[in-house]
This record gives sequence, structure tokens and C-alpha cells, in this order.
Amino acid sequence: MLIKRAQREARRPTLAADLPVQASAGVDRRSFLRRSGLAAGGLAALGTLPLGAVRKAEAGPPQPPGATLATRKNVCTHCSVGCTVIAKVTNGVWTGQEPGWDSPINRGSHCCKGAAVRDDVLSERRLRYPTKLVNGKWIRISWDQAIDEIGDKLTEIRAKSGPESVYWLGSAKFTNEAAYLNRKFAAFWGTNNSDHQARICHSTTVAGVANTWGYGAMTNSYNDIRNAKTIMVMGGNPAEAHPVSLQHILEGKELNRANMIVIDPRMTRTAAHATEYVRVRPGTHIPTIYGMLWHIFQNGWEDKEFIRQRVYGMDDIRKEVAKWPPDEVERVTGLPEAQVKRVAEIFAKQRPSTLIWAMGQTQFTVGTANVRISCILLLATGNVGHYGNGANIFRGHTNVQGATDVGLDVTTLPLYYGLDEGAWRHWCRVWEVDYDWMLSRFVDKTFMQTPGIPSTRWFDATLLPKDQVAQPDTMKAMFIMGHGGNTISRMPEAARGIEKLDLLVVCDPYPTTWSVLSERKNGTYLLPACTSFEMDGSRTASNRSLQWGEQIVKPVFESKNDYDVMYMLARKLGFADRMFKNIKVENGAVSAEDILRELNRGGWSTGYCGQSPERLKAHMRNQSKFDLVTLRAPKDGSEVSGDYYGLPWPCWGTPEFRHPGTPVLYNTNLPVKEGGGTFRARFGVERDGVSLLSDGSYSQDSDIKDGYPEFTLGVLKKLGWDTDLTAQEMAIIQQVNSANPDAVSWSIDLSGGIQRVAIDHGCVPYGNGKARTVAWNLPDPIPVHREPIYTSRPDLVSKYPTRPDAQQFRVPNVGFSVQKAATDNGIVKRFPLILSSGRLVEYEGGGEETRSNKWLAELKQDMYVEINPADAAARGIKDGGWVWVTGAEYNSKARMKALVTERVGKGVTWMPFHFAGWFQGVDQRSRYPKGSDPIVLGESMNTLSTYGFDPVTGMQEPKATLCQIRAA
Amino acid sequence: MARMKFLCDADRCIECNACVTACKNENEVPWGINRRRVVTINDGKPGERSVSMACMHCTDAPCAAVCPVTCIFSTDEGVVLHSKDLCIGCGYCFYACPFGAPQYPKVSNFGSRGKMDKCTYCAGGGGSEVPGSSEEYAKYGANRMLQGKLPLCAEMCSTKSLLAGDGEIIAQIYKERVIKRGYGSGAWGWMTAYREGIAV
Repeated sequence: MLIKRAQREARRPTLAADLPVQASAGVDRRSFLRRSGLAAGGLAALGTLPLGAVRKAEAGPPQPPGATLATRKNVCTHCSVGCTVIAKVTNGVWTGQEPGWDSPINRGSHCCKGAAVRDDVLSERRLRYPTKLVNGKWIRISWDQAIDEIGDKLTEIRAKSGPESVYWLGSAKFTNEAAYLNRKFAAFWGTNNSDHQARICHSTTVAGVANTWGYGAMTNSYNDIRNAKTIMVMGGNPAEAHPVSLQHILEGKELNRANMIVIDPRMTRTAAHATEYVRVRPGTHIPTIYGMLWHIFQNGWEDKEFIRQRVYGMDDIRKEVAKWPPDEVERVTGLPEAQVKRVAEIFAKQRPSTLIWAMGQTQFTVGTANVRISCILLLATGNVGHYGNGANIFRGHTNVQGATDVGLDVTTLPLYYGLDEGAWRHWCRVWEVDYDWMLSRFVDKTFMQTPGIPSTRWFDATLLPKDQVAQPDTMKAMFIMGHGGNTISRMPEAARGIEKLDLLVVCDPYPTTWSVLSERKNGTYLLPACTSFEMDGSRTASNRSLQWGEQIVKPVFESKNDYDVMYMLARKLGFADRMFKNIKVENGAVSAEDILRELNRGGWSTGYCGQSPERLKAHMRNQSKFDLVTLRAPKDGSEVSGDYYGLPWPCWGTPEFRHPGTPVLYNTNLPVKEGGGTFRARFGVERDGVSLLSDGSYSQDSDIKDGYPEFTLGVLKKLGWDTDLTAQEMAIIQQVNSANPDAVSWSIDLSGGIQRVAIDHGCVPYGNGKARTVAWNLPDPIPVHREPIYTSRPDLVSKYPTRPDAQQFRVPNVGFSVQKAATDNGIVKRFPLILSSGRLVEYEGGGEETRSNKWLAELKQDMYVEINPADAAARGIKDGGWVWVTGAEYNSKARMKALVTERVGKGVTWMPFHFAGWFQGVDQRSRYPKGSDPIVLGESMNTLSTYGFDPVTGMQEPKATLCQIRAA
Repeated sequence: MARMKFLCDADRCIECNACVTACKNENEVPWGINRRRVVTINDGKPGERSVSMACMHCTDAPCAAVCPVTCIFSTDEGVVLHSKDLCIGCGYCFYACPFGAPQYPKVSNFGSRGKMDKCTYCAGGGGSEVPGSSEEYAKYGANRMLQGKLPLCAEMCSTKSLLAGDGEIIAQIYKERVIKRGYGSGAWGWMTAYREGIAV
């Protein structure tokens, strides 16, 4: 028999790989993928990689004679755990990785991404030089030419359509400094259209959690989960998304014999290690928790004293809970009463209990409400503000917490100051620019104070008629730094949007989906950015710890770091001198340290004020001193004496004040000076005659033994503590508001004096309030169940409809009409399968970087959809066979492989969202600039995802939509 | 004398594949060759378990027993190494190995599969090259043992599931874990590789 050469090659890896698997019963995902053989990209790679027994000696431990060897420390760029990366550098080339044993966060460990980060820098698939699309062809240009042309075009658009028609899309992979600089850049340009991946990741978490108890972040830390007695994961798969966190979870589970409950539509890799797995229907988080609360209140398992002292409005929740008796919960979620009751009892009684979540709660039209009901469950059972409990919200990207904190968001300036005049004046004082000049950059004061367009809606703002977009003109230009194009839902619309833009600039280590998705022929620029391994800067892990990463190697090829690119463009646009007034720039190289110092000078509201670059660098030098569980260094007089690792925010006062950071938020068992705190008095002091201040609960050693409002100079005066302020501090407070210094609060006092004095008296600067279960400023003050827009249960829509249509964030949100049309037209008959999405361990985000990493790409070579054996059998779909998946909007379709597995329940399908490069069955590899195509391409899940936006944040809904599948 | 072993705690393994890419990274293993891999059984079902597999460096290695050119041998530390200069690529060791460890760079119906490649326990190679030399690295990969380090796969394991080191010590670590948590699945592959050598 004649066997074609190509077939032989394609079969190569299966020979060795198949055998051990055949011995075991069934087919697992790994062997499924391996059997699927090498994708086209894989074959291309074979040509360049030596395959013989002898390998090139270009890298690896043996050093050539006379080589200079250096060891550098940075932080993995792939998820929010924040694993230390130790790099060995020989003659300026990154030649090896060693375990970072001393880091209390990862103790030397990595997942496959962290263990492969060296190829993020070495990858031959990196974009090498600035490139421009001319008549459909990629042309190499110089940096100067690129910046010149882009700057001219931006200026032209500004003159014609105004500053609001340019979108500055930033990145969660930025360092804190770059993210801050990017937000500042948008401000100096004159728009609030400045966003990043948090929009599609945890924007609803931030909104929901901050509106409950003050700050929108993980309350405890990965390490602290070791203290938990009950670990409940709802809407997260940390075994794949945050693998190193499992080190803490599983060790804690073993040592405490803890309960580990996983509630998820999929029997995930995390669920495989659970003591109890609960399978729910996607989009029923709120009924599930109300079902648990029903049993908790029915049996009196709630923490009554905690609620009395520290929670506002729980009685209103009881009324809502009464609407969710076990039979209604079962009707909506499918969960039997006994299981809900068992889980509720364990969570309420076997404390401390922690609730872990990720995008399985956030990516819904009810995302904010989902997150709030989670907080309410924690409050009802008294599980916030202590070791081993809390809302352990696992953020996604390496620095999505930090980028959110420093304001890459359409609704706020850095550090959650908002957009009102006070916020602008605060930052203008920090930046030392004139407020009126800043105002002159904007269309007018209204636009200066109006939230921008969320990243999920940029193409709606591009495509909709001008009169439906509430700004002077539609979107004309996208300037994208470090953000994939395939992570935002409704890609067929995005493709049209890209085509319509006047200017598209992608500044990224890779060309990304943006460069290939549309039929664009001109007006696209690709600028090679370097990775965070090729620059200095800090990043904030999910637990709010900041870690300083040092440059490992110089930017490869012609790539430049984010700071320098922004500086070049600011210079071209004429505001570099103002923008970099207090930031040192030497020969075009921007000082990351100076950016952080400026951030420190303005970051009072969130306690980003104490983490100076010097302190952060000292922490990286002294990693071995920090305790694995408490994260604290001993008080031994060293340079990190008594600090918590990474100075988790809030780290109050000036760096000289030496606050140790706050490892557990709202923990009243510690003095504020030692990292303690209370719920934030953020929502006023009373509502309808009911006090919002805490009742008899206060942090240890507090001089005020009850609730108190946030501190201002006026409050200090009333308490007679103002005399503790130094003359210098007083002078600065006078400068901040000379007309009414008493109104100067802890968050805008640039001296840090108010914070210092409050903390010296054992008080938290932000006050001591109650957490609120009723958020009266949100569309649904009490979380209300609402079916997904494209629900598999149209029979429930009449009772649980989505919110009415409304204008949100400058564009219309017509979710109600879409849901109604879908229900009326019987969409579920044509698209009977629920489609959900999530992460794989090998890839991250849009996957441009990880799919270009040869060690990771080899592990996952095909896009696929998981389908239950019953659904597959009914459609004649074979495991590993090609299928067409069709989506409920735009006649969208995608061709991929089927993985037939019981991991998903009957009627549910699931896809990873990391793939791109195929679009509706067409391989777009030839459209990438030559040599910069990722090794692995595939259909994007978001080609099939559909309409639906959270009213509070504009979050998309890719976790629950509908599809149909047929064999291809 | 210490005897080097691998042990994968299947109650901890989450199939994150750190061991796989760490191996690739440290030894510059080319595409298509997998010195280490993670195997999952009962995938997606209750009872799903994963275990990281590579050469187990058997006490009485069957690959060595069947090698027609006797290029496979155990070092004093119990690491199974081989000489690529002697290997004829016959593939016998592949059939003898209970773990599917030996890998071959070429596949054809007739003729050589190329020189066998497998996990070296990051201890260099079994050829005549000077330990720690660039020549050794080029042919076999890193020699971490020479620097007193363990294989990078185990050192970087995300959940401390994959243990490497002296058999006595890792057996003790595993034993303590099982006692602490009150359950254990048994260490996968241990009895197959080492028989009653070291009791767990």
C-alpha cells in the first residue's frame, strides 16, 4: 500500500503517545487531542525544529567559556496567582528557568504556562518590526514613520470627529505603571473611552463586591485558603485557570480535612478533587444561592450577631428568599432539595467557609447581581473578614487586578476616584497640570464626567447610526495595546466594525486576531510591543499583593516597551511634556519607578500609597522571609520587618509610614496598623433613619469603640485629633482645598496626614460601616434572578425576564427585545443546546501568545466542543469527528472537532475561548504577516456567542447562550 | 547510596502539564518528542484522576534487559541512562517499557526510528561525553544532577504532586501526606516499577 509522506508525518507523534492511553478505559481529552495529530501549524514548525537525536546547543545549562551569567527575577505573565519566575541569562539571552523556591505564593511551582514562559520571549512567531497594511499587503516600516503616520491620522480624526471617536483599549497584561500611564494617556487625549480586559472578566465582580462592602477585590489570599474548613467553588475552574492556587487549596483541604464543594455545569478538573460536586444549569446562580439561604434562614444557621453588628438590610433579603422554596429552586436550577440543603448546612456550619469564583459568575447579564448574592451568602453566614473565609475572587490575567485598580476603566480615573470634578481635580493636582487645560482636551465638561463606551460595545459604537451613539461621532479609530480580538463576544459584528474603522493600531508582541479578522486592506498598523519580561514594573496579584518584576532581557527584535511607545506617541501628539512632567525620561526610556512613585502620591483611596518601588524591590530580595500561610515577615528589624508579602493594598500612608499591607480585608481581629480593618463606610451614615455604621464592631485597639464615618479634617477636628497633624501636613491639606480645608478627606489629602492620624488612633481612614445587602444605586438593589437572553428555558422568561431596554454607556442595550424575540420565535427549537465557555490550562485569554509558544501549542492543537454522549449519539457525532456548530445570531457557524464526554451534562456544550485564526470555517493563516502566525489556529468561541450585557458594567454573556451542532 | 525515584501523588495531580513544558524548556526537547506526559483516566467522570508519567527509572529496568546493544544501564543513583552513540533505534525498549517512556524522532515502516530519547532524570546522558558539557547537553539535555538539582518537572510541579529524589525520602513524604489526609490512592506505577523495593 502506498502511504503518502504527509500522512506519515502527521502520524508521527501518535506512535509513542497512543500506547499508554489504550491501556486505560475510555478516551480522555489529552489523548483525544494527541490522536488528532499535528495541525498545519505543527507541520510548519517541524520544518524549523531539529527532530533528530541531536539537538542544537544554543541554550541550556552549560555556559560557553567566558560567558556572563545573570539570574533575574520577574513574575509569570499568565494568571493572577503571581508566580515568581527565575531566569538564567547568558550573554543577554534567556537560557533557562529555575524554580523560585523563596516565593510564598508559588514556592517554586508553575503550571505549564509558567514553566514555558521562556518561549514567550524567544518565540519566532513574535511580531518583529512595525508593520503597515497597504492594499492588503504587510509592509515593514520604521518606528518613526509609524508614530508619525498614526499621530497625523489621530489628529485628523480628532479634528473631524472629536476626541471621543478614538478608543484606547489597554491591557490586563500591562504592568501597573503601563496601565496607569495608558489611563493617563486617554485623559490627556481627552476621552474616557479607555478600557481593558476587566470589562469581560471581572467588571461585574468589582461593581458588585465594591457596592456591598467597599472594595472590589479578593478579600483574602490564595495562601489563606489553607485556613478554610469549607471551600466552595462556584463558577470557576482554578485547576485549569489558576493551577498553582490548587497547591494552597489541596494542601489546605488535606491538612484541615476540609470540605471542597464545586458547583458548576461542568465536572471540571477542579471538581475531580472535590468532596462534593453539584451540577447546575448555566445561568442559575442566584436561584441556587437563594435556595441555600432558604435552608439557612429556615434552620437558623445564619450568624445573627455578625448580621446585627456588621450587615445592613438582611431582612429585605429574607423577603426575597421566601420566594425561593425548594420546589421553585428545583424547577429553575434542577437541583434536588436534599443536595441544596446539605451544601447550605456545610457552608453555614463548618466554618470558616470561603467562596471562590471566577468568570462562571461574572459573565452574565446578571453578573453584578450574581456576585452580590455571593457576597450576601458570605454575610449571612458570617464568613467575611477573618482567616480562612471571605470572597476569594480569582482574577484572570496576571495584572487584571492592578490594571483595574489603576483605572483602565471607562467609569473612573485611577484608583476608583470616579469621574466627577473632585476626581479630576485630585488627579490634576497629582499630575501638576492645570484643571482648565485638562478640561480643554475634552469635548466639554459633560463628556469629561460621563463614562465611556465599554470594550464589549466598541463595534456597536462604530456600526450604529450616529444618532444612536451618545457622543459627537461614532468610533473611528481603535488603538489597542495587549488585548485580543477574539475574547469579546459577537465576532461577526466585530469583523464588520474593524472594517469600518478609519484607523486600527495594534501594539502587541503578536499580530493578534485584530489583524486578520476583517477584509481591511489599508489603515492598519502593527507595532511590536515587548512582553513584561523585557521591562521593569510592578504587577498586582489577585490577592492584592504587588510584586516588582525586573527586566530579564532587552526587548527582542525591534520591539519596545509600553512606556516608551506611549511616550513616543504623546510626544507626537504634543502633550509629552505635561504628561511626563514628574516622570524621568532618558533617551526615550521612561522610568517605571517614577511612574509608580507618582501613582503612590495619588493612590490614597485604595491604599496604593505605601508601595514604593524601593519597598517592592526589598520584598523581592527577601522573599524567603515571608510566611507561607500568613504571608508576613517576622519583626526582625530587617528592611521588610513585619510586612505582608507584596504589601497587599490597602497599604496606608506614605512609604515612610511603613504600613505592612492588608492581607485580609475587613478583618477586625487586628489593629489597622497591623493590617486590620472594617467594612468601608462608603454609602453614607444612614438611610431611611437606619444607621449604616457598624454596631459595636470595630477593629482591634480602635479608639472609637463603634461605627464611624470616613475621616476628613473636619472629623479629626471634632475628635480633637487634628492637633496630631504636623505643620507640614496641615499646610498640604490647606493647599488641597484652601476654601474649605475641613472637607479634605483621607482620600484626597496628598500629605497622608489624615490617614496617619486615624491609624495612630486605631481607626480605618475610610470609616467603619456596615456591609449592605441592598445596593439602592444599582438597577436591581436586591439580586433578582433573570434568565439569560438566549435561555434554554423560554417557559421561565415570563416570570424571570431580563431587564427592560435602556440606553447604557452611550449605546442602547436592547437585551429585553432580543430575549423577547428569541422566545417568541422559538429559537430554542432550532438551537436546543446550551453553549458555555471557559479556559484550558495550556492557553490564556485570546491565546495569541500561548498558541505561539511551541511548548504549549504542542499540547493543544485543535479547537473543539465538548458534547454529552447522548446529544452526540442523537446527532451521529463521533468523538474526534468534525462538526459544524451554528450560533443563534448572524447565521454564525464554526467548524471544529467534537469531544464526546460526560464532563458536560445532557443538553449542555462547552468550548474553550482561546482559539482564533479560523473564521466560520475559513483558515485565515495566510492573512498574518509572514512568520508571525500563531502555531495553532482554530475557530473562536465568540464567533457563536450572542447579545447580552450587564446593565451595571456592560459585561457580555458568553457563559450561557444557545447553539446547534451537526456532524461535518 | 541514594536511589533516585519519581512518585506522582494522584490525589494532587491536576493535569496542569507543568512537568511537560518544564521538561521541554529545560532540555530543549523538540516538537513531537514527549519525555514526560500526563495521563488522565475516567476523564470527565466521577473518579477522574491524572498521573504524570515518564521513565520511572526502574530498579530492574526491562528496557535494559531487552536492549540488543546493551546501551541502557542504571547509574549508581538508580537513574536509567542510555548511550545514543550505541543505540540502533530498534524500538525493543519501547515494547518492553510498561510506561511508554522511550521516544523516537523518526517513524517509518522499514528501517530505523532514530536514536531513542527518554527522560534522563535531568542527569545528562549515558554516552562518553564529559558530564555537564555542551556536547552532552546537545545530545541528552540538562545535567542538573551534576549541580545537585532534581529534575525540573518535579521541582516545578504546581501542586507538589510529582515528587523526585531519594526513594526513601519521597516515600516518607508521601507516607506522611497519606496519614495527614487520611486517604491515599496509592502511588501510581510504584509497584510496577520498583516491586517491593521500597514499601509505601
